[in-house]
Amino acid sequence: MKRLIKRFFELLFIICFIMMTVPVYAQVIVNVAGGNFNPVLVAVTDFLSGDDMGPKISSVVAADLERSGLFSPLEKEAFLERITNPDIQPRFNDWQRIGAQGLITGRVTQEMDGRLRVEFRLWDIYGSKQLEGRQFYATQGSWRRVAHIIADAVYQKMTGENGYFDTRIVFVDETGPRNARIKRLAIIDQDGENLHYLSNGEEMILTPRFSPTSQEVTYMAFTDKIPRVYLQQIEGAQRELVGAFPNMTIAPRFSPDGQKIIMSFLQDNGSANIYTMDLRSHTTTRLTSTLAIDTAASYSPNGDRIVFESDRGGRQQIYVMSANGSNQQRISFGDGSYSTPVWSPRGDYIAFTKLSEGQFSIGIMRPDGSGERLLTSGFHNEGPTWAPNGRVIMFFRQNPGQGPKIYTVDVTGRNERQLLTPNDASDPAWSPLLD
Amino acid sequence: MSLFQMIIRSPVAITFFLLLILAGCAADNKGLDNSSQSRFSTQPGTLQDFTANIGDRIFFDLNSSSIRLDAQQTLARQAQWLKHYPQYTITIEGHADERGTREYNLALGQRRAVTTRDYLISQGVVPDRMRTISYGKERPVIVCDDISCWSQNRRAVTVIERQ
Repeated sequence: MKRLIKRFFELLFIICFIMMTVPVYAQVIVNVAGGNFNPVLVAVTDFLSGDDMGPKISSVVAADLERSGLFSPLEKEAFLERITNPDIQPRFNDWQRIGAQGLITGRVTQEMDGRLRVEFRLWDIYGSKQLEGRQFYATQGSWRRVAHIIADAVYQKMTGENGYFDTRIVFVDETGPRNARIKRLAIIDQDGENLHYLSNGEEMILTPRFSPTSQEVTYMAFTDKIPRVYLQQIEGAQRELVGAFPNMTIAPRFSPDGQKIIMSFLQDNGSANIYTMDLRSHTTTRLTSTLAIDTAASYSPNGDRIVFESDRGGRQQIYVMSANGSNQQRISFGDGSYSTPVWSPRGDYIAFTKLSEGQFSIGIMRPDGSGERLLTSGFHNEGPTWAPNGRVIMFFRQNPGQGPKIYTVDVTGRNERQLLTPNDASDPAWSPLLD
Repeated sequence: MSLFQMIIRSPVAITFFLLLILAGCAADNKGLDNSSQSRFSTQPGTLQDFTANIGDRIFFDLNSSSIRLDAQQTLARQAQWLKHYPQYTITIEGHADERGTREYNLALGQRRAVTTRDYLISQGVVPDRMRTISYGKERPVIVCDDISCWSQNRRAVTVIERQ
């Protein structure tokens, strides 16, 4: 089976490779791939345990895999073999007969000290062998994280790429009438569980972004008479102002090494320019000097380049420059305006918001501006953020007469899903893989 | 000149007067609330006088921060009033419509607030009395997901601070 799946992904990669080298044909090839796409069938059995913990963990694993769009968990009613001992080989024929390509088994036991020991195995049905077998120790309260880590291991083994399930999302929770919104900072697991609020709603908070360690967020807040950029610990909620500047500061993001915050200063002459602030030395460096609006800066993963938007040419367009501000070059040339560029963690693409003919789209292009593809379009889609493996993009969407909600779509434009949040939600930012 | 005459003469005032009637649903409208309570009996030099008789806001074209001709008239009246009542300081709030991205709209709102401030300076208002703030697209005054509302939300509002 591994060979089959490998071949499937080789095919996918070949398609991706073709898309990267022959952009002219990209649209056609994506459509062909979309038409032929079949998710990998997996059987996720209830993990054995003396209580309901085993089935709870395995159902979260199955849900993660299903939501990725690459896997389709089989109905448990169809299973022919009942796993009673996960340490011995399953009856491969029984799983092959129901079409399973992968089988996931496991067991949860409670240690003397109260911790959970969670074991799982991933079986290759067609190759009749074990692909992966690992065990984890975890506190009772972190069982969901164990499930996400197992789902990441399965995803990694079967696709050859890192997973993204053991991650969290910071976002802005929205309540109240649309002309007097209450905007609270919130954090939630990528599967929509474990919602926590990080602010009380007394101040309006916008555009939160994770630090590379996922321990801190930077955002802008309308706290006092000058709305500015802040830095907040996720645990403990201590926070600090990022520079006591006389004017508004907006659109913050961390550098990939976590040492700097890049943001825009709203200058006294009405322009906006991009600055960095070193978080240790507190020195600021100005990177752009125009009379235009330069904002929404985002570093390349290795930190040597920066992508940002500017209306210096009349409309908002995407520009790339070196990390020291030199060599500023426009890369977007399509119809309409381009904004909120975000560099993929893989470095291969830049995601953006595009406004064209009254429609707001989320799209991607390569860092040289070629290969532009729109992944979703509609009344209002805005603010992309990348899964840490660079394969899925999250954004927010607002339909007429409704509040915003958060969605995901993969880089091929397939598998659009809503992140379920209790209230309206906007400005998502995806964390790196948690440690 | 009575309020009625003013409304008849000025298209801006007509728009504004209609706004007063329509904007009962708006929350970001301290000035409007004040004025609608007492729009037929305002004391000169009061906040109600400013919002009802002078006009506390100007509107902008799409993606633009240029002061339109109708806005120039409003700002000229604001400057006159502010010079006549030097006890007040003001905050100029810049706003954008919802048909833009968040970061850009914050900067665009600031650009609108700054051009408004600079116009008032050119009309003789002392810069020290004014500060600016941008709310981007976060505080629309009217919500209807329609072009008629968006144009009302592209605005700069002169907020009089009490002493």
